[in-house]
Amino acid sequence: MDIFLQLTVSGLSTGMIYALAAAGLVVIYKASDVINFAQGDLLLLGTYLVFFSVAQTGLPWSLGVLLTLLLAVAVALAVERLVLRPLVGEPIISMIMVTIGLSSVLRGVIGAIWGPNPRSFDSFLPAGELAFGPATLATDRVLSIPIALAVLAGLGFFFRFTRDGIAMRAIADDQQAALSMGISIPRVFGVAWGLAAVSAAIGGIMLAGIVGVSPNVGSIGLRVFPVVILGGLDSIGGAVLGGAVIGLLEVYIGFYVGHGLNLVVPYVVLVLVLMIRPYGLFGKEVIERV
Amino acid sequence: MTEGVRRGADVGSAAPPLLGLNNVEVLYDDVILVLRGLSLEVKEGQIAALLGSNGAGKTTTLKAISGLLHVEDGEVRDGTIVFDGEEIQGMDAHRIVEKGIFQVLEGRRVFEHLTVFENLLAGAHTRGERRGLEAETERVYDYFPALAARRGQLAGYLSGGEQQMLALGRALMASPRMMLLDEPSLGLAPMLVESIFTTLRRINREEGVTILLVEQNARIALSVADAGAIMERGRVVLEGDAGELAANEDVKEFYLGLGDGGRRSYRDVKHYRRRKRWLS
Repeated sequence: MDIFLQLTVSGLSTGMIYALAAAGLVVIYKASDVINFAQGDLLLLGTYLVFFSVAQTGLPWSLGVLLTLLLAVAVALAVERLVLRPLVGEPIISMIMVTIGLSSVLRGVIGAIWGPNPRSFDSFLPAGELAFGPATLATDRVLSIPIALAVLAGLGFFFRFTRDGIAMRAIADDQQAALSMGISIPRVFGVAWGLAAVSAAIGGIMLAGIVGVSPNVGSIGLRVFPVVILGGLDSIGGAVLGGAVIGLLEVYIGFYVGHGLNLVVPYVVLVLVLMIRPYGLFGKEVIERV
Repeated sequence: MTEGVRRGADVGSAAPPLLGLNNVEVLYDDVILVLRGLSLEVKEGQIAALLGSNGAGKTTTLKAISGLLHVEDGEVRDGTIVFDGEEIQGMDAHRIVEKGIFQVLEGRRVFEHLTVFENLLAGAHTRGERRGLEAETERVYDYFPALAARRGQLAGYLSGGEQQMLALGRALMASPRMMLLDEPSLGLAPMLVESIFTTLRRINREEGVTILLVEQNARIALSVADAGAIMERGRVVLEGDAGELAANEDVKEFYLGLGDGGRRSYRDVKHYRRRKRWLS
């Protein structure tokens, strides 16, 4: 039983990191219908940025985290401005292809700056252990769950209630009509990329503490796709649920069934969901008036 | 509608027009000339109707004013568009909305996955955060009571008429000085068209919004408008008081379907049309 509890916490904490990265993908998709294939690399970038901001500069962690977020936003705005904005108005597929290229570029740049070897990094989250009845749980993993949920709730609030959030959803529905209301598309896309970078960077910061800083973290970024497809490409709530399900499945199957299979199962789930609910669990359906 | 009501909002011909287009030329994709020296004036407080057959350039005219041509690879190549004394041709669409011109696109174009209420908030985008805007929506519900009951529903599930009301309500939320309406009667039942145009007249008088209206339905458009202009092949070929236009024999023949010579065969009409083009 204590093992089960430990597995659950561990699965949920990785799941919430997936959800943070996935939420960034959702934000960009909601605003522009672009699927950002570089989202996993933004997560990877987050781990290196926090490594740079805290371990390399020696700043206290509060300032380091702030610096990490600022750098992440700066990178995202530069990417939006230099790579995506010139493509506004072109077919969506060209923008999606560009994000695939962007993914390779980000990895290349990270490799060029920090090299291929894993770096050690002490998490700023307290490293102790919490006792829950018979089980002992790593404090950083437990804490990462409420932190991620708070960030995700903030994003959900943003979309439902703020002016830019509503503008983003409006643009996704009908760009020209959104233009006619005076919504500035470049501004809103900039906000979307900035938010996507922030949520990925927060995921990256937690990941750096939990699994460390290495190029292999990029492969965790790939999990973003089963997560969003399970939850629905345009639902923050879906990203949370998708992250939890995929995270839990991985640890349960890894422990109870056998190692190796846990790497495959997320994609099996992905295929099954696509067969049953092509829009994901919470995706928006195409409205047809009869 | 009586002559008196029709002239109710006329502010006298001496005042400079709120909107003036002077010899505007619009080119699509650098080659297709759609507006060929169009000139048009709309006075403050009026409803002006812009009429003409398909392809005359009516929608292009509205998009040239509202700055929405860029996204379709169109541009104002020549001439000026002056709003409230300031040249606005070539400005970004969002700046033009901030100046007080709001275009309601043809075909309703509501945001399907947003609720009615959120659609209205999106209309008020240039007016800042939502504080105070919720009270504003009540004003919209007052003009369009049918929307009030559906404020929490997704706009994609509204009927065609309700969607048109929502499109107009979104425009109201921006509190514009001028609305550009593209075919608000499109695809609606005649009863609904009457009621929407009555409301438009109310909005024009109570909110003091100047309206430039593009319509295929010339009869209803001229019945609420103060002034009218008829476009053909990228130019204004006839303009004047709405009453005068409605009484004009050629307008009756081509746009109101009220020719006095009884029914003619289609071939005769086509022949007649060719001879009677205002410009060739």
